[in-house]
Amino acid sequence: MIEPTCEQDLGEAISGASGPLRVRGGGTRPIGAPVMGEVLSTAALTGVSLYEPGALTLVARAGTPLAEVEATLAAEGQRLPFEPMDHRALLGTEGTPTIGGVVAANVSGPRRIQSGACRDSLIGVRFVDGNGTILKNGGRVMKNVTGYDLVKLMAGNRGTLGVLSEVSFKVLPRTDVAHTLLMQGLSDAEAIRALSSALGTPFEVTGAAHLPRGPEGPPMTLIRIEGFEASVAYRAARLAQALDEFGIVRIEADPETNAALWKTIRDVMPFAGSDGDVWRVSVKPSDGPRLVSGVSATDIVYDWGGGLIWALMPAGTDLRAAMEGIPGHATLVRGSDADRTRLSVFHPEPAPIAAISHGLRTRFDPRGVLNPGMMG
Amino acid sequence: MEMPAPNPAILAKKDQVVRRLLSVLPKRAVIHDPTETRAYECDALTAYKCPPLVAVLPSTTEEVAAVLRICHEEGVPVVPRGAGTSLAGGALPTADSVILGTARMNAVLETDYDNRIIRVQSGRTNLSVSGAVEEEGFFYAPDPSSQLACAIAGNIAMNSGGAHCLKYGVTTNNLLGVTMVMMDGTVVEIGGAHLDAPVYDLLGVICGSEGQLGVVTEATLRILRKPEGARPVLMGFDDTEVAGQCVSDIIKAGVLPVAIEYMDRLCIRATEDFAKAGYPDCEALLIVEVEGSDAEIDAQLGTILQIARRHNPVELRESASAEESARIWLGRKSAFGAMGSINDYICLDGTIPVSSLPLVLRRIGELSLKYGLDVGNVFHAGDGNMHPLILFDANKPGDLEKCEKFGAEILKLCVEVGGCLTGEHGVGIEKRDLMDTQFLAEDLEIQMAVKDVFDPSWLLNPAKVFPLGASATRRERAA
Repeated sequence: MIEPTCEQDLGEAISGASGPLRVRGGGTRPIGAPVMGEVLSTAALTGVSLYEPGALTLVARAGTPLAEVEATLAAEGQRLPFEPMDHRALLGTEGTPTIGGVVAANVSGPRRIQSGACRDSLIGVRFVDGNGTILKNGGRVMKNVTGYDLVKLMAGNRGTLGVLSEVSFKVLPRTDVAHTLLMQGLSDAEAIRALSSALGTPFEVTGAAHLPRGPEGPPMTLIRIEGFEASVAYRAARLAQALDEFGIVRIEADPETNAALWKTIRDVMPFAGSDGDVWRVSVKPSDGPRLVSGVSATDIVYDWGGGLIWALMPAGTDLRAAMEGIPGHATLVRGSDADRTRLSVFHPEPAPIAAISHGLRTRFDPRGVLNPGMMG
Repeated sequence: MEMPAPNPAILAKKDQVVRRLLSVLPKRAVIHDPTETRAYECDALTAYKCPPLVAVLPSTTEEVAAVLRICHEEGVPVVPRGAGTSLAGGALPTADSVILGTARMNAVLETDYDNRIIRVQSGRTNLSVSGAVEEEGFFYAPDPSSQLACAIAGNIAMNSGGAHCLKYGVTTNNLLGVTMVMMDGTVVEIGGAHLDAPVYDLLGVICGSEGQLGVVTEATLRILRKPEGARPVLMGFDDTEVAGQCVSDIIKAGVLPVAIEYMDRLCIRATEDFAKAGYPDCEALLIVEVEGSDAEIDAQLGTILQIARRHNPVELRESASAEESARIWLGRKSAFGAMGSINDYICLDGTIPVSSLPLVLRRIGELSLKYGLDVGNVFHAGDGNMHPLILFDANKPGDLEKCEKFGAEILKLCVEVGGCLTGEHGVGIEKRDLMDTQFLAEDLEIQMAVKDVFDPSWLLNPAKVFPLGASATRRERAA
């Protein structure tokens, strides 16, 4: 394993590589086709290099543990807006999630529907391309249209276009209070209708999820409101009125219970330790129930108002067969090495788009040393 | 500012190009008479002008594809144009180029309130997107000052912002999908009503690529339910640095206003003469707006006013009615017009870290004395996106050049303190030759490599964004 301790060394490790490299942050999110090669770890590139609470800006080296970034922000009453998920329970991995890994996989959580994805909060990157050249894009200011936005391209590139060395974020104030409206017994279609209604109100829903198999058995639908005490109470009550037809069971106000509920959704806890493949599907929310009715899933979790579907499937089943006529994409997040090779982890792209993706890989990594084959 | 010399071989075959374009477009969509092409000789950066070879106004994605296929075969550069409101010269043609205008593609294709999206043709104006959904209580969030006129196509090309992006983000945060025509005429769909990219975030790269990667003909946009209410408060200060500190303290306090706008004395006086909004005569004023129900607004403004009082404001005016709110915004919204009534001006667009605001304002003041040109500052303070307006006299020989030099110094200062050349207007031709103050050669090279992938022949808006020297080899290989 190569573990550079500075950006310069990272550059030299890549330019000096004679064979393929497996790029790794904390190693907690091994998603993608299996890759052979020597491990190149960014875990030793650590430290928050700049934090200005008054400018809502944080810059950290890629290997900084996510927990350290979150603690630094929490000390000033701020947070990463996009609520990154922790993949460890779902994927059965161990290790320390890094901020660079979060960016490389564009990891977001339930708040994505209101505050955007990781890529929306990311305002700057430093990275090393496949030639070993140190590059930068974006910066540390939240409005920046100077040149092409390669920041977005680096979010979710999974180390196939470049290895991140430093990442900058626009952060937000933490909210004091969260309440969750809970409904029980709704069918998938009713639940998505309820979530859509909630998201169409002015009450700023920051979480909208549905568990067809709720913690107590019957389906449970969850809608989260966050903010300062009086405002949350007011909006939760107004929302409960607006959703009267769906039968609100109760409004959960306990902080620990709320944190646990949304961690369950964020980390897809119902699938942790289970057998079978895990698929992650992004569709238009109203298409969700139709898709789900066409697959032989053993369990389902809906997030993002129904637009994000986690499906637990019998090993080796191709979920994409059910997506005929449904726009969107499906990723095989967990599966055997053989299935991840056979089924294509990432959604196949139409020929002209695949040509662009291939072209980008060729330009950013002409020698094909960065996670070759991982994304196609 | 230089543009590449037109290719004589293209100028010589104008008739052939026109004939071919007429074979795929209606007659009224092909503008080739030299008196008529002059309408397309510039955008809102009026200092530079050049009529194009031809201007075309297609109505559909298929027509755009047909036009691009022909231009690709003929090797003719294409300059896409939204509504022509670019302040950066993004739609400035060269004499050998075809202007591809989106003005006739302005239909709403789909509104879907359950999934909170609208799909429009890209020539539709920004404000009319909100207009199409406002009866149902929805709106499209990015609100550039030119929103009455500017087109979604241009918003996507420049990744436009606006006054309310502190809360709602800029175009790239509200764009879900595009139909785009590649230079060779291939039509691609990227994104849609679902979230995030299956593989690479190509949508994120296309947004803000200044019409250099493809021509966006349709867009899927996120729409939001309007807040229950909004209310601004106006604060006047006797010291610009204190106003800057107040902005930082508000942000640190944990309330997130939807907008924090700043104006300095020169702008305040100009807008008072022009719009009579009743602003106090002071060194700097802030307009801070929050949203929510009445009670939520009261609570947030309570915190904000408390912070403001600690900074000894000369005036604190909380709006008590819709009329008062409108009056508070009136001056800010007419600031550019008001400055224009004093003299000609160029409007800069650099962004700086909010913490550098006092330093940068002081340096701009010193540079103003050095160059002998007045500067008004009006900008989005919450996100550090400055808009210094440098006044000059276009009829006075040498004044524009002096003004541009002054502007370049301010932008270099923005980069020096950790900011950037442009926060929401784009590079175009205006900041093109300053790109190497912000980027190393290799940082520009990797961006140009992205263009190589999307537009290998370098025919789409080729002389923009990158310094001409840096892009020369690629452009010449194409020609």
